[in-house]
Amino acid sequence: MSEAVSSPPARTRSDFGRSVRRLLREPLGLFGLSLVLLVILGAVFADLLTQWDPTRINPRDRFLGPSAAHLLGTDQLGRDLFSRVLHGGRIALYVALVSTAISLAIGIVLGLIAGYGPRWLDNLMILLFDAMKSFPTVMLALALVTITGPSLTSVILVVILVNVPGYARIVRTQTIAIKSSEFVTAAQSMGASTARILRVHIMPNVIGPLVILASMDIPVVIAIEAGMSFLGLGVRPPTPSWGSILNDGFGQIRETPWIAIAGGLPIIIITLGFTFLGETLRDVFDPRLKGRG
Amino acid sequence: MLNYAVKRLGLSVAIVSLAMFLLFCMIYLVPGDPASVALGPRATEAMKEAMRVRMGLDQPVWVQFWNFFTGAWTGDLGEEVLSGRPVLDVVLEQLPYTLVLIAGGISWSVALGIPLGCWAAINRGSFADRLVGILSVAVIAVPSFVVAIYALLIFAVTLQWLPAIGAGEPGDVGDQLVHLILPSLAVGLGWVGYIARMVRASMLEVLEASHIRTARAFGLPERLITYRYALTIAILPTITLLGIGIGQMLSSAVFAEIVFARPGVGKLVYDAILTRNFPLVTGAVLVTTVIFVLLNLIADLIVGALDPRVRSSF
Repeated sequence: MSEAVSSPPARTRSDFGRSVRRLLREPLGLFGLSLVLLVILGAVFADLLTQWDPTRINPRDRFLGPSAAHLLGTDQLGRDLFSRVLHGGRIALYVALVSTAISLAIGIVLGLIAGYGPRWLDNLMILLFDAMKSFPTVMLALALVTITGPSLTSVILVVILVNVPGYARIVRTQTIAIKSSEFVTAAQSMGASTARILRVHIMPNVIGPLVILASMDIPVVIAIEAGMSFLGLGVRPPTPSWGSILNDGFGQIRETPWIAIAGGLPIIIITLGFTFLGETLRDVFDPRLKGRG
Repeated sequence: MLNYAVKRLGLSVAIVSLAMFLLFCMIYLVPGDPASVALGPRATEAMKEAMRVRMGLDQPVWVQFWNFFTGAWTGDLGEEVLSGRPVLDVVLEQLPYTLVLIAGGISWSVALGIPLGCWAAINRGSFADRLVGILSVAVIAVPSFVVAIYALLIFAVTLQWLPAIGAGEPGDVGDQLVHLILPSLAVGLGWVGYIARMVRASMLEVLEASHIRTARAFGLPERLITYRYALTIAILPTITLLGIGIGQMLSSAVFAEIVFARPGVGKLVYDAILTRNFPLVTGAVLVTTVIFVLLNLIADLIVGALDPRVRSSF
């Protein structure tokens, strides 16, 4: 009896191993993975890869072109751009990880409440989600920063506001689909508490597709951070961020184009890497999601 | 259909009202006194007090909200802090520039996306198909402000083929179009990918349809079948996709306007934030939100009119 009412079997370990091997056979996925690893390793080992301090100002070395000493050149304050790009990667990855994790947690909780709670609450929350999504992202960021002021926290807040409605909606839809299935009815009739049903029976079935979708959103998150820092609404100077490097370069684009190139290149590398990886992951792990978006 | 349209319209009104409420909360939470900001550092206490009364800041919160709410629905978004002009006038003055920019973005995405998607669908499974697939994903991934800056760097600064800044001479349409090419490319490039994927998918579906098989059986030339009979149908989903797309292009337009120093709503909001001109910020955000909601409403109503299943599930 207990066999019959348990949740559908989750993916086993060997399934996972097979999926990873399939991923490594896909040239596009492999390419994406190497781009992502390149940036991650660069950010992690930034201090080993370059001797230059990313925030140290050297007035005598301003606007040096790329050379053996400064691989990507220096900016208007004489700071080494290669070092700034590597350390900027830390900021980008930090924002991506932290804000995605928080968005997922909030999205799951709100989605479960909307999907499993009373109908009026569901309707109200859907309305709220739709209202949140009705602000164009940049406008939302601009409006929010007028209150909070530019900071890393503001960036994370914007990402959460942008991501949560979508995640919550997906969780809600999945929850509604699952809550009427037989194994949930069986658990209810056996007296399982709501908390237990949500945690043991619904959550595991909701979380898989959600995590894949969230991983595909990572390039968008990184773009938001870079975009806001580019507008001066994100990370404050002198902390290196790809967006602020791009902004430094934009100001000098005629005289010293390498600054803008140095700021844009990592953004292109990481967004392409995560997107190629995400597309392949989605096809390998969950073919049902194919064609979404 | 009428039932659906009324419900859908009600949802839009509710969303806009909620957006207004959120915006009001934002203005209310902004640190600093709007009256002192408006008058500058040398204003006396009496002047500030008079300004507060004029701006309605001396009234209780709920009265302020009600005034803001009723005002906003009737098009009164308050006065701009610096010049005292009505916010709506200032925003509407800049809006055409942004709309033209978005129209340019759509032109790029349609002009490149539809042929690419079509080509990929006809050569399904070939190298060309795969290449279009990868290219589509790639242009979707790269953020529009990076595209804008690199386009500026390559075509305006290095090659000097196209102008770098401004919207062109007023009245000179040719000059304005030339100034539109690069910014609209930055706005529309990502959507080339979306549209190519969309057209490819629906084209593959349509090419299997029985009327296409019939056309083949009649021996019509393949070119005629593809472009005349298949594409005209396959293009329909793209229209609704664009309804959503315009809203997102608004975001890209903000960056394009700043990078290429073009007038427009995005530039307006950005400058307003730098000068702490908050009524202008909220007004412009509200106007763009209303446009966004309106476009989604129109797109949904079109889909609802074409597809009864959407109406019943609402």
